[in-house]
Amino acid sequence: MPSILSLKKVSKTYGENTKNPTKVLFDVDLDFEESSFNSIIGQSGSGKSTLLNIIGSLDRPTSGDILFKNESLASLSKNDLAAFRNRSLGFIFQFHYLLPEFTAMENVLMPYRISKREITKEVIERADELLEIVGLGNFKNKLSTNLSGGQQQRVAIARSLINNPSIVLADEPTGNLDSDTTEKIYELLRDINRKFKTTFIIITHNRTVAEKTDRVIEIKDGKVYLDISK
Amino acid sequence: MKLAFQIAKRFLLASKRQTLVIILGIAVGVSVQIFIGALIGGLQDSLVDTTIGSRSQITITKTDELISDYDELLSLTESSSNNIRVITPTITTSGSLVKGENSEIIVVRGFDYNTADDIYKFSEKLTPGSELPNTTNEVVLGINLKDSLGIEIGSVVTFDSAVYESRSFTVVGFFDFAVKEINNSWTITTIDTVQGIINQGDVVSNIEIQLNEVFDAEEVTKLEIDEQISDEYTISTWISENESLLSGLQGQSTSSLMIQIFVIVSVVLGISSTLAITVLQKSKQLGILKAMGIKDGDASLIFLFEGMLLGVFGAIIGILLGIGLLYSFTTFSGTDIPITFDAGFLAMSAGIAIAASTLAALSPAIKSSKLTVMEVIRNA
Repeated sequence: MPSILSLKKVSKTYGENTKNPTKVLFDVDLDFEESSFNSIIGQSGSGKSTLLNIIGSLDRPTSGDILFKNESLASLSKNDLAAFRNRSLGFIFQFHYLLPEFTAMENVLMPYRISKREITKEVIERADELLEIVGLGNFKNKLSTNLSGGQQQRVAIARSLINNPSIVLADEPTGNLDSDTTEKIYELLRDINRKFKTTFIIITHNRTVAEKTDRVIEIKDGKVYLDISK
Repeated sequence: MKLAFQIAKRFLLASKRQTLVIILGIAVGVSVQIFIGALIGGLQDSLVDTTIGSRSQITITKTDELISDYDELLSLTESSSNNIRVITPTITTSGSLVKGENSEIIVVRGFDYNTADDIYKFSEKLTPGSELPNTTNEVVLGINLKDSLGIEIGSVVTFDSAVYESRSFTVVGFFDFAVKEINNSWTITTIDTVQGIINQGDVVSNIEIQLNEVFDAEEVTKLEIDEQISDEYTISTWISENESLLSGLQGQSTSSLMIQIFVIVSVVLGISSTLAITVLQKSKQLGILKAMGIKDGDASLIFLFEGMLLGVFGAIIGILLGIGLLYSFTTFSGTDIPITFDAGFLAMSAGIAIAASTLAALSPAIKSSKLTVMEVIRNA
């Protein structure tokens, strides 16, 4: 499988210009293959969240480069990065971060609307289909605040897929959900991975969850400590 | 644009009470602005009207001499400026009126009532039963002379003067100008009558003018007239004769403007601080929108639209409140203070409120554009 995303000697230092700069990532080299299902694990403070933020272009590395389909992200402007995120990445966060002022359907359509394209019949059908896939076909016109935690997370999953992203980044996507719901959400992510060939990179501190993925990368003290593929 | 507007709308609707409070804040500001503007405008108009509304605003005289060829002067002057509303010749002399043992010092003023009535509004000021002088030696007197001389309509009084021959006037009425000096001493009659007293032929002493735009008297109209007529005439305006009144009026305008500016400033500060808090309240939403790829500019637009929407609704409610305030003030206060406002003034107030609200949203908007997804995630 060809590589979709590569990290080349990525380092991150916080507080570079202060007396006590903190180096969080040390020359991390990683390659993610297209349509792969990956997890990144690590203790809190290991640097895994920083790594995900850099992969998601929410934060820039202090040194090193990130290649998306062999194109460097380092030279992109803030607005170009925003457009890149909108087009090519989907985000699922631990705290669902739906817009509480909007309905489930409107939340799913939000990344599409941010791209400033006209809402078409096709995209509405796609949003409907995604809500069906995550099992919320009957809840699409409910305000997101009226949904349970698990339902909100499933809306967030549908939302992350609306623009057909190449990569979905999930940061502790089941962190505050009970174990039954956690199980269901992972099965859902796995199904989507198979169905849409979307690359998944999931951050978790839960080893049992990580073991369900095809590749487990463990981060320790800002370095890749283990990298096991099944 | 469309998305930012829709998000702004949803944000405002989601916290209805907070939105309502801001809108009411703007509305109160706008209504106070309208109320004070209309009240002070009205007071000013009424002050201008009572002080110079019924008198000459520009007067042309000839130094130490009467004006003989005044027909030509009238037409020359009238064609010199568009601002001239009324122009009328008058002739004035003085002496005393005697009735039996009573005598009063008076000013005799001869008018052409066809035009002079437009300036002095004599016909509105006549007491019941009075009429304007029609023929020679008919006079109308200030109401105070009625008691001091002990006369009635129809009485005949004697005019005495150190310079001119005495003659008899028939009183055809009284007027009440509500100004003591005029009511005590003015005796109005026809131009013929005064010309007859002075006995210098067809002459007048003043040309009196009223204007459309009274504040243009000194700097515009006087110069226009001055260009047309001969240098032997002297032109004086109400402005040069009433410097203290004018500075009073200007002081009033300035204080009105200051009050209005401070009201707007307080509205702006109020909206700005409330919207700044809204940015914090909505930072989670902003973070997720930015993660999904909304551009910083569009994120700022959300708050500019919020400010604008608040301004629009604040202005609408403020105008209604302001009109209500003015209505209840004129209805229930029992005073007779006139109110001046027009659609232009309302539109200006609304425009200022909307612009100020949008401007007030600028700093929250900039703040929102600087917010990064990282900050939001860390503070979650």
